[in-house]
Amino acid sequence: MEKNRAALCVQLFLSFAKIGAFTFGGAYAMIPLIRREAALRHKWVEEKEILDMVVVSESTPGPIAINTATFVGQRVAGFPGALWATLGVVTPSFCIIFLLSSVLRQFQEIAAVKYAFWGVRAAVLSLIFSALVSMAKQCPKNTFSYVLAGASFLAVAAFGASPVVVLLACALTGLAAALLGRGEGKA
Amino acid sequence: MILLELFLTFFKIGAFTFGGGYAMLPLIQEETLAHGWMGVEELMNFMAVSESTPGPLAVNLSTYVGAETCGFPGALCATLGVVTPSFLMILLVAKFFAAFQESFAVKACMDGLRPAVVGLVASAFWGILPTTFSAGAPLAQLAAAGLLALGAFYLHWKKVHPILIILACAAVGVVLGYLGVLSL
Repeated sequence: MEKNRAALCVQLFLSFAKIGAFTFGGAYAMIPLIRREAALRHKWVEEKEILDMVVVSESTPGPIAINTATFVGQRVAGFPGALWATLGVVTPSFCIIFLLSSVLRQFQEIAAVKYAFWGVRAAVLSLIFSALVSMAKQCPKNTFSYVLAGASFLAVAAFGASPVVVLLACALTGLAAALLGRGEGKA
Repeated sequence: MILLELFLTFFKIGAFTFGGGYAMLPLIQEETLAHGWMGVEELMNFMAVSESTPGPLAVNLSTYVGAETCGFPGALCATLGVVTPSFLMILLVAKFFAAFQESFAVKACMDGLRPAVVGLVASAFWGILPTTFSAGAPLAQLAAAGLLALGAFYLHWKKVHPILIILACAAVGVVLGYLGVLSL
C-alpha cells in the first residue's frame, strides 16, 4: 500500500512536470494537457471532474495551474500526492527561468535586443488588453458589476489605492449585496 | 532579511490573485515597484519572456525576481511564497468540495471579485501604457500604437498564438530600430 502510494507520487510528479514543461501562456492552455494526463491516460479523475476543479481553482486564490495540480494530487494520493503534483508543475518553469535569469539582463543591453523589446512591449500591452476583454466578458452583465469594475479602476488609477484593499472591499461588497438582496440565504 | 521579504511578498501576491495569469499583474506591479525589484519596462520585457517560456506567469515571475534579487535561495523563497497560499487553500477546499461549490458566501464574494479584477487589470494596463508610448520619437509612438491595435486584433479576434504576436512585434521593433525610427 505504502509502496503503491510512493509510486503514485512519482507518477504524479512526472505527469505534472510534463504538463508544466509544455504549457505556454497560462492556465487555460494547460487544461487540455491536464485532461489528457489525469483523466484519459492515468484515469486519476473523471473528465467531468476536471471542469469542476478548474471552476473551483478559479474561485480560490492563486494561479489556476497550481490550484488544479494540488487538487488532482490531493484527490489521487492525499497530502503527499498534492505536494508532488504541485512540485511537478512548478519545477520546469523554475529551472528554465532560473537559467535564463542570469543571461536576460545582459541581453537587454544589446541594441538589437533593445529594439526587439520595444516591439515586444507593445505586444505585451495587446496581451493584457485581450486578457482584459476576456475577463470582462466573464463578468455578470449588470449595473452592480459595472460600478464595481469602474470603482476599482478609479481607486487604483486615480487614487493610488492598494489592489489588495480593493479586492477585499469588493469581496465584502459582493457578500453584503447578496445578503441584502436575498435576505436570508445561508449556504 | 531579504529572503523572508521575498517569501512574504510573493505569498501575498499568491493569496490575492483571483483568476490567474494577468489577474496577478496589478499586485505584481505594485509590489515590484514598491520594493524597487523591477521597473515597469523590465516587468513588461519579462512578461513577454514568460509568455514565450513554459509554465505559469506567477511561477516564472517569482523565480525571476527572486533570482535577480538573491540568487538561487531568492528564487526558491519567492517561488515557494507564491505557491504556498494556493496549496494550503486547495487542500482545505478539496476536503469540503461539495460545500464549497455550493456555498452562498463564496458565490457572493466572487460576484464582487470578478468585476474588481477587471477594474484592477484595467488600471494596470493604464499604468503601463505610458512606458510604451513615451519611448522614442513621435513616429515611434505612433508605430507602437499601431502595433498595439494590430496585436490586440490578431490576438483576440483572430486567435493568433501569443508567441507569434510577440515575435512579429519584436521583428518590427528590430526593423524600425535599424531604420533609425525609434531613437530610443
